[in-house]
Amino acid sequence: MSPFFKYTIRFILFILFQVYILNNIPPLHRFITPYLYFLFILWLPFTISRTLLTMLSFVFGLTLDYFTGTPGLHAAPCVLIGYLRPFLINLLISQEGAELNYAEPSIKSMGWAPYALYVLVFTFIHHFYLVLIEWMQFGTFIYFLGKVAATTGISFLMIFITDLLFFRKQKFRTNTA
Amino acid sequence: MKNIFLFIRRYFNFLFFLVLQIVSLSFLVTYNKTQEAVYSNFANEITGRVNTQYNKVQYYFQLKETNRQLSDENARLRNMLAANFEGPDTSIAKGIDTLTRDTTGRIRKFIWLPAKVVGNSYSSAMNYLTLHRGGLQGVKKNMAVVGPEGVVGTVIDVSDNYSRVMSLLHTNSRVSSMLLKGKIAGSVEWDGTDPRFLTLRNIPRSIEIKKGDSVVTSTYSANFPSNIMVGTIYDFKPDGSTNSYLIRLRAATNFYSIQYVNLVENIQWEEQRKLEATPVKNQ
Repeated sequence: MSPFFKYTIRFILFILFQVYILNNIPPLHRFITPYLYFLFILWLPFTISRTLLTMLSFVFGLTLDYFTGTPGLHAAPCVLIGYLRPFLINLLISQEGAELNYAEPSIKSMGWAPYALYVLVFTFIHHFYLVLIEWMQFGTFIYFLGKVAATTGISFLMIFITDLLFFRKQKFRTNTA
Repeated sequence: MKNIFLFIRRYFNFLFFLVLQIVSLSFLVTYNKTQEAVYSNFANEITGRVNTQYNKVQYYFQLKETNRQLSDENARLRNMLAANFEGPDTSIAKGIDTLTRDTTGRIRKFIWLPAKVVGNSYSSAMNYLTLHRGGLQGVKKNMAVVGPEGVVGTVIDVSDNYSRVMSLLHTNSRVSSMLLKGKIAGSVEWDGTDPRFLTLRNIPRSIEIKKGDSVVTSTYSANFPSNIMVGTIYDFKPDGSTNSYLIRLRAATNFYSIQYVNLVENIQWEEQRKLEATPVKNQ
């Protein structure tokens, strides 16, 4: 399966899952909105160019926005995490050279702790920015803090469940062969 | 000049990021003002088509509830038929009724169009519905949307075959409403927290209200016909230092399981708006 085909399928599945399953869950609490879709951006390959990554994040966010009827609301946080992703990846795995040996970020390619940190930081950044934009239109400061914390927690949990359920086979590539 | 190009090249990624940020934020700010003409028609058609496919499956799981809502509505409407009301004739003198009767449709005010809901959200702070009926089938912007149980929202986007409705569960939605008892007008909005409850403001504290009182659309509401159910009073308290109540309503419409709605067009609104737009000449 060619990478282009694989990521296109993934793009569609993440959008559909977010729109038709997660957005249709009756709210458990006013602070909790389950978000998983941005995992698509976190799972993009290491070798993707930064411009393409930013552009793809924008298109991805905007696609979701047209389903939820809020153009720009999800696109802005997606562009932010797409832009910041290479910086954090460099910080986390600069010594090991994993970005040469594995295709994309995962537990196997990065190790448990760096991958958890990677996911947690971007989940937090995404929700912080998303709820900040929402908060500028309505709500109180407590609402803002509570929603960022609760939504980050739920998303983090869901991302780990997803990672354990859908184990992505990662080939170890060397340049010795 | 060369330095400028070098600068752009060096910071291309950052500048690209800034541009995309500005684009997405401006989308958000100007939504419903400018970009709808270019993108929204196309995007609406695409998402509407996907929504329809999904709704074909999901619809079956709500058939029971949809049936109940529609038959309840039918029963309510049948109860209002003139044939149900008859009392002893107490009139003494007989006069000729000179009222203009609407036999030619001359003084019709509202037109009702049925529509199927194909997309619906209730979990965010800004919720929208997608209806499978659009501009080619007579939907216009600002038409009111009424479900079998009560008010649902207002049309904000129209494409050829689909239309997008700003749900009552949207932090920007306002519906001019009144207490059924006493006809005191206020405004209903949503605070973005619980989809079952709405907020009613501007009811003066001098009015006596009770839990369970009905709130309906007011006679001042331009796009909604009057006396459409909005909700019932759940609880209330004084609104800060103002002279009015802060009333929580239990929404009449069950937003979780809405499948059919009616679009309502006020065909006299144009004239009313024109008059209201002319500057007031104070004498």
